[in-house]
Amino acid sequence: MADVIRVSAADFDVAVEYAALRGASDTGAIALFVGLVRDFGDRPDVRGLVLEHYPGMTEKSLAALVVEARARWAVQDVRIVHRVGALALADQIVLVGVSAAHRADAFAACEFLMDRLKTAAPFWKRETDASGISRWVDQKATDLSREARWTDPEE
Amino acid sequence: MIQVLFFASVRDRLGVESVSVDPADAGETLESLRRHLAARGGAWEAVLGSDDRLLGAVNHNIVPMHTLVFDGDEVAFFPPVTGG
Repeated sequence: MADVIRVSAADFDVAVEYAALRGASDTGAIALFVGLVRDFGDRPDVRGLVLEHYPGMTEKSLAALVVEARARWAVQDVRIVHRVGALALADQIVLVGVSAAHRADAFAACEFLMDRLKTAAPFWKRETDASGISRWVDQKATDLSREARWTDPEE
Repeated sequence: MIQVLFFASVRDRLGVESVSVDPADAGETLESLRRHLAARGGAWEAVLGSDDRLLGAVNHNIVPMHTLVFDGDEVAFFPPVTGG
């Protein structure tokens, strides 16, 4: 196990993250998710965004999500990279990569981590539109319902 | 003292990043601390008074408002998160 959790203003290279997940002879699957800045959000004509986070808590909350994922799926390595600060259209925001022996574990853990990150990790987006107006983004009902799918009804 | 941090729209609307609160004034829980701060009036009442979507964290964990708060704790109030 060599999990990596990184919160940084710097961009990331998917090839580097992928290479870091490869190498173990018992790895049979790697799932990678990358989230990007798109040109519509709460409003149309988004030109960029600023990502704020809660230093100290962010890394801990992401590490806790990895512990949850490991309890549910046979996961080998996990890499979570999340950017903060000012980002432009089409910039990379977040990467979640999971290696496993089998694809079902890699797919499920990757999607779980992304869905939980959206509702549990202390990041906040502020969008700027074409007229230069900047507003905090509202949490989406769809993000809450996606996250709720992972809750065990017996818990 | 209890250190209280504010983030994102909560911080912007309050106009401050953090305050220190005497545990004797804070009451026992996150909820009583929230009410103590809201009682400052103005933006404090507007932001912390009655927003049922407001999230609270104690020592870096998001917790329910009935959670106990102690001297030396780091508390934070913030809006629902929107990362990823």
